[in-house]
Amino acid sequence: MRYAYYPGCSLHSTASDYQQSIDSVFRKLAIELREIEGWTCCGASAAHVSNLLLPVALPVKDLLQAEKMGLEVIAPCAACYNRMRQANYKIKESAELRQKVNQILRADYQGQVKVRHISDVVVNEYGLKAIGQLLEKNLKGMKVVCYYGCLAARPQKIVAFDDAVYPSYLDRLIQTLGGEAIEWPFKTECCGGSFSVSKKEVVLKLTHDLLDTAKDLGAEAVVVDCPLCQFNLDFRQGEVEKQFRKHFALPVFYFTQLLGLCLGFRQKELGLEKLNVQPFALLEKKNLFV
Amino acid sequence: MKISLPEQTRAFTLKINEMIDQNIDGCYQCGKCTAGCPVAYTMEIPPHEVIRWVQLGCAAEALNSHTIWLCASCETCTSRCPKNIDVAAVMDALRILAFRQGQTKVEKEISLFHKLFLQVVERFGRVNDLYLMGKYNLLTLNPLKDWRLGQKLLAKGKLRFTSPPVKGIKEFQETLRRIQASEESGS
Repeated sequence: MRYAYYPGCSLHSTASDYQQSIDSVFRKLAIELREIEGWTCCGASAAHVSNLLLPVALPVKDLLQAEKMGLEVIAPCAACYNRMRQANYKIKESAELRQKVNQILRADYQGQVKVRHISDVVVNEYGLKAIGQLLEKNLKGMKVVCYYGCLAARPQKIVAFDDAVYPSYLDRLIQTLGGEAIEWPFKTECCGGSFSVSKKEVVLKLTHDLLDTAKDLGAEAVVVDCPLCQFNLDFRQGEVEKQFRKHFALPVFYFTQLLGLCLGFRQKELGLEKLNVQPFALLEKKNLFV
Repeated sequence: MKISLPEQTRAFTLKINEMIDQNIDGCYQCGKCTAGCPVAYTMEIPPHEVIRWVQLGCAAEALNSHTIWLCASCETCTSRCPKNIDVAAVMDALRILAFRQGQTKVEKEISLFHKLFLQVVERFGRVNDLYLMGKYNLLTLNPLKDWRLGQKLLAKGKLRFTSPPVKGIKEFQETLRRIQASEESGS
């Protein structure tokens, strides 16, 4: 299996642990990721609130590169994934927009490059059965909540690759790894996304509601597949605890970190020391610490 | 009750309709968008009322509301609307108009963040978080905001002082200028 890879800005900075764990896991799964040369930002949350053309033209510029590579694209960041899928959809829907964007990019793009979220490829393409055969360890006795967030679920007809209200692909992965994925009602609620900088109080309130419910239900950790969600739940957790006078101490893992542990990788190969809420006590308790 | 609006008032409604490629008059004010909105608790005017303003052509009220900036683009409203109105796209269209008209003061930190984000992308081709945060803190006169968090991220190798140069950055910047020119010429 071979894909064009669009890491997105976060994977080179605040989500460098996500990148490390992806590198390790994909090596083991023998899925080749070819980084799109000279890729640039998808525009994230800033482009679509400022401009009509920018949020389409920015992803299309990179999709054109992928088209030359003749490969489907994998995006590990839910925001990049969402923006690329929305760009493809709009290019196909509107002849006027298509013409305008192609004129600006001096290209002839018809919206044909397929964009996949990394979890979709791991769970649905590679498959849980095949993953089950590679496991060296398991998550036995570990209770987690899987948190999916907004951007890989909505808008449903453009981005969802599972149930858009109550998805289960990460839950099923965790079960394959031997862990317990707790049912909870906040799977696709919002964490506040980029307001982490410009309207922090909103993020603190929303992440509080998520963490509080998770803790109440007996979760020992949260599992995510979006760098924005991970950052807000993990790196803002201390402030949430302080403001709401509660104690959570819930590690927030990328799904590739837990998968990597079960595939036999060590902490350094998965960037586990880069998490804010330290996971090592929990991992030791579950015999996963090496 | 029948409400008749003068043509001039309708111009704003029609402009939004054109931008979102939908007919916003379809909204019958059920309030489902507001019921599901995770940020509605802190909005002075709930999302369905913003939609009503647009239907009635009340440009100033809609464009000067905090609500349009507080929308987190989670798209819950869009996915639940029984009339398939893309409420999140309406919020985007209103923010785009507010930017075009320079009416961004009502939530100046949120609008500044969006603006700086795109400036950083234009300069480096990708987001340099440290540069973005530094500039945002300076311009909001809060240089020590998230200082400890920044130190922690640096220590963990999650922030970098420099970004590796992006191949083809000059061409990318030219593309951005063409996009800007096309947008300004009234697309």
